[in-house]
Amino acid sequence: MNRYRDIPGLILALASAAAILTALGMVFLYAPREATMGDVQRIFYFHVSSAWVGFFAFFVTFLAGILYLIRGERRWDILALSSVEVGLTFITMAVITGSLWARPVWGTYWTWEPRLTISAVQLLIYIAYGMLRRAVEGPERQARFAAVYGIVAFVTVPLSWFAIRWWRTIHPEILSGGDMALTPRMVQTLMVSLGAFTLLYATLLRQRIRLERFADALALLKR
Amino acid sequence: MYTLPTMDFLDKTWAIVVKDVAAEWHTREIVSAMLVFAVLSLLVFSFALDLRGATARAAAPGVLWATVAFAGTLGLSRSLVREQQTGCIDGLLLAPVDRTAIFFGKALGNFFFIVIVEAILLPLFAGLFNVPLLRPEVLLVTLLGTVGYAAVGTLLAAMAVNTRAREVLLPVLLLPLAFPVLIAAVQTIGALLEGGTLAEAGGWLRLIVVYDLVIVAVATLTFGYILEE
Repeated sequence: MNRYRDIPGLILALASAAAILTALGMVFLYAPREATMGDVQRIFYFHVSSAWVGFFAFFVTFLAGILYLIRGERRWDILALSSVEVGLTFITMAVITGSLWARPVWGTYWTWEPRLTISAVQLLIYIAYGMLRRAVEGPERQARFAAVYGIVAFVTVPLSWFAIRWWRTIHPEILSGGDMALTPRMVQTLMVSLGAFTLLYATLLRQRIRLERFADALALLKR
Repeated sequence: MYTLPTMDFLDKTWAIVVKDVAAEWHTREIVSAMLVFAVLSLLVFSFALDLRGATARAAAPGVLWATVAFAGTLGLSRSLVREQQTGCIDGLLLAPVDRTAIFFGKALGNFFFIVIVEAILLPLFAGLFNVPLLRPEVLLVTLLGTVGYAAVGTLLAAMAVNTRAREVLLPVLLLPLAFPVLIAAVQTIGALLEGGTLAEAGGWLRLIVVYDLVIVAVATLTFGYILEE
């Protein structure tokens, strides 16, 4: 068996490519133009999707951390670290698209809007996670510390969310509650985007896990 | 089987606290370093923000907690570095002591040290900038906030001292996880200084308590994994 041929991975990659193209098409051609914000609102679909994937990825790291501490198996650590790296990509995308959206709508690149702020906090937390990993010697200890940090960090996220939300209750009207009236077409586009980004996350995660396994195999050969 | 005279959990925890306080009494390095740093940081804030009159009052909760947070990271890492340099942590691990007791003992010791600093910092701040901080409600919020901060700080400091980066890493790990308690403590004290009651700031106070409980629970469950060698 050729371990370098990854048929499911290839299928996954093709499926997410198709889904992203479909989502792009829907965002620009199918979804209606938003009345007050105009075309700039179309960034919303990818912004929300990447934020969702970021949060989900860190949740996966949290679960993988728990499983690692219980079982002590390397594969859970690989899952945790891969999910953080992929999650960081998406959360960075969410923060950048958020501030690109904020510029024309609120006239500034950055507002302390709760959702944007919590994304930025997450970004910092998981950058710290990466720094922790690099600073720890020994793969086993590295995995253990990272698991603990991944768990504690994720537990503080909902609390941060409440704190930031109450702290910034002067929420711009556009996003609060259901003020941005979503038409059925918009909801459909959002759902397809969410699905497409989740597929993309799965694809990237799978490849990152494979990469880590190859690195392990290489380290074993070198010894 | 031979068993050691059994101490119950609280005795063991208390023994670790007493050990930390005794060690600190001999050297006084943690509290004095934190304290001098805290006073310096007050000066820095005073120069940076020109803390007088209404400005001082508005900035007081934030300046106070920023100072406690930064001074806290200093004391927390020192407390665990000392544990390692003296080889005391190995002794603790060899002793028939539950890991949870080690955590509670260390966290309580760190809590004490930070509270000592706060006990000097608050009157000093109140006197220097003429802000009425010495009210029982403010003290209660400060204590409650310190519980969570000391707990999460002890857990992360135990991790940070076992890394190559050591003290440098602790603030990076700790501060983003301390945001909820920092925001909540600053908001509660701010509301109190503006003449509000504790009941009016009830939501924030509850958030601090929930943070304390959640952090202590998670840290208790995970601390053993950090020490395991």
